[in-house]
Amino acid sequence: MDAILLQILNGLDKGGAYALIALGLTIIFGTLGVVNFAHGALFMLGAFCAVAVKAVLNIQMVTIDPTKMTPWGAPMEIRQPYVEVWFGDFGTTLLDFSVPVSILLAIPIMLIIGIAMERGLIRYFYKRPHAEQILVTFGLAIVLQEIVKSYFGANPIPQPAPDMANGMIDFGILVGFDAGNVVYPAWRFIYFLFSTAVIAAVFAFLQFTTFGMVVRAGMADRETVGLLGIDIDRRFTIVFGMAAVVAGLAGTMYTPILSPDYHMGMDFLVLSFVVVVVGGMGSLGGAVSAGFLLGILQSFASMNEVKAILPGIDQIIIYLIAVVVLLVRPRGLMGRRGVMEQ
Amino acid sequence: MSEFKITRRGLLQSTAAAGAVLAAPTIFSSKAFAAGYLNEPKGKTVTFGFNVPQTGAYADEGADELRAYQLAVEHINGEGDGGMLNTFSSKALKGNGVNGKKVVYVTGDTQTKSDAARASAKRMIEKDGAIMITGGSSSGVAIAVQGLCQDAGVIFMAGLTHSNDTTGKDKRANGFRHFFNTEMTGAALAPVLKKNFGSDRVAYHLTADYTWGWSQEGSIKKYTEELGWKTASAVRTPLGAGDFSQYITPVLNSGADVLVLNHYGRDMVNSLTQAVQFGLRDKQVNGKDFAIVVPLYSRLMAQGAGENVKGIFGSTNWHWSLQDEGSQAFVKSFGKKYGFPPSQAAHTTYCQAILYADACQRAGTFRPSGVGKALEGFKFDGLGNGPTEYRAEDHQCFKDVLVVKGKENPTSKFDVLEVVEVTPRAQVEYPASLLGGELGPYNDGK
Repeated sequence: MDAILLQILNGLDKGGAYALIALGLTIIFGTLGVVNFAHGALFMLGAFCAVAVKAVLNIQMVTIDPTKMTPWGAPMEIRQPYVEVWFGDFGTTLLDFSVPVSILLAIPIMLIIGIAMERGLIRYFYKRPHAEQILVTFGLAIVLQEIVKSYFGANPIPQPAPDMANGMIDFGILVGFDAGNVVYPAWRFIYFLFSTAVIAAVFAFLQFTTFGMVVRAGMADRETVGLLGIDIDRRFTIVFGMAAVVAGLAGTMYTPILSPDYHMGMDFLVLSFVVVVVGGMGSLGGAVSAGFLLGILQSFASMNEVKAILPGIDQIIIYLIAVVVLLVRPRGLMGRRGVMEQ
Repeated sequence: MSEFKITRRGLLQSTAAAGAVLAAPTIFSSKAFAAGYLNEPKGKTVTFGFNVPQTGAYADEGADELRAYQLAVEHINGEGDGGMLNTFSSKALKGNGVNGKKVVYVTGDTQTKSDAARASAKRMIEKDGAIMITGGSSSGVAIAVQGLCQDAGVIFMAGLTHSNDTTGKDKRANGFRHFFNTEMTGAALAPVLKKNFGSDRVAYHLTADYTWGWSQEGSIKKYTEELGWKTASAVRTPLGAGDFSQYITPVLNSGADVLVLNHYGRDMVNSLTQAVQFGLRDKQVNGKDFAIVVPLYSRLMAQGAGENVKGIFGSTNWHWSLQDEGSQAFVKSFGKKYGFPPSQAAHTTYCQAILYADACQRAGTFRPSGVGKALEGFKFDGLGNGPTEYRAEDHQCFKDVLVVKGKENPTSKFDVLEVVEVTPRAQVEYPASLLGGELGPYNDGK
């Protein structure tokens, strides 16, 4: 039972990342009709916002110690971050909290990147076939990856969570198990809470604001909204930026779980597309539900007891579920009639 | 007037004769025939082919290999400070190239993909006239390129490849490996694990699901079970899984008190980071402190895991902190040129380039069979691993193996590992027949 509870927790934090990426993909597809293969790269760029913030906070004052030499004969350098030199303990705390602090940078940066991507490239492909949209956005993803690699290298770059979030939470006690039986890393639980908060914020924005209402109306009938004199294109551009922010935030907060490298977006992209298809193309609720569902199923499939019966199931479970769902419900779990059916 | 008659026999004979005449200039002018062996250098230079990952997950390791190769070429040609040529026991190389020819090089990008690596090696052999191919950061790639070099008829000096199979069941006469292997890792690591964790332990393996992972898991299981350890489970994980949490959580309540991560590169960084996040490093099981073991360490990759490597045991082929004369000469030479210490990948590739050049010089030829014979059974010292031998039976180098541990108080970002034991060569030697395979005959490319 404790193993099952642990795998549910695993599935929830993993599903949180899937849901956030799939939510952005669905928003873009629902508003602009574009299949955005660069969305994984936006997740990766968000992660590298955290890397950049840490790098900036970690700019160091270098003093030379002439009494010590490196093994290759150069004088030894003694390094201390400027923030610690200038701000003392506050500087140390700032460095410790570099990942949460990165959110402040990631929001405007990702918004700008999203808008630039939509205005600079993707809008020229609205009326082109989906195959061309996939090719151009996939190409863009590769370009973004290579740019990041040229600056930050190919190796993963560690981004530790703040010290206070490095411990474990004992969930076993909460549900009547012995202490220590169901312990889970605090940061992963924080990530789950963060992803649900972001998802709730996006839904609230679309549901309860005038802007969101217009966007939803545009998703349902773009032409009629245009005829009412509303500049729907401008709003959709902002929505693209918003989707980029969601993917970026997912990446920023995921860095203590997965040390970022230039390729991390591609690893999530394919899974997120499966999530979108299983949830139903164009369905925001479907994307979120499928994200968590597939995250949990993927975790269960990795249990030794399950693999003893079905060897290798952990590597194919997501695709197997996709096949079954598409056979039983061709529009996905919550797909709408008419989307991607023309 | 005679009648011109075409018979079937006459037509066949004429066609054969015409074919032979037409083909003759091609045959006699082809490099293979004219040279006596493939790509025999005729001018004032000889071309080495450096096949390293320049893109993909191991690009940083590949870049370090390339730096080392460039340094080796400088030293062979008599430029720079000479590096380990000054400490190398063989004095055949005089700093004026090899066999009177300056060394030049071409590079290829393996992308850490077997097909891409074979394509780039083929291009360097066929288009650029490379006499030897060397490099790489993966066993799958090394085995694929080794096979290609055997078929083409050039020597392959393997880079970073740790699977037993490279000089075991997939060994080839034209292939040579300086790097150690999983069998040696198991033999070196097990006694240190016993000393630190005792002989009553239960291990849980997470293993990358490909040739190197299987090889590593097999060796560690073999040697730890000989110590008296039990194996609770050995779980295969997909390559590049990213999030390993679903594989780590079953460890928590499995009764195991040791987690062995048979992962390398990005998988090692992620699985180790996540195992530490799940509290395994600080956990107590069966009344003992839980332990994590990473059998193959790479300093470049360990940097990616940050503080999570602290106190974690593993093995490595070489480390820049070694104090022998050869290592110090190499660190000084590399550090002076590039501003940071070399990785184990840089060390092994530098050694391979020097060893190949030296063998050519001693053999007085670049002919693969001649160079191979010069390398077989070659005993040397001064290249940073103590007295070493290129065993004739399997073309595997035998030398001391380093057992390392993540450093508790690093002084710089390069200072992440500390050497806890130098396991003597005698302890890691095994009979060549143990790993199977046949070298077969040399191929000179004729």
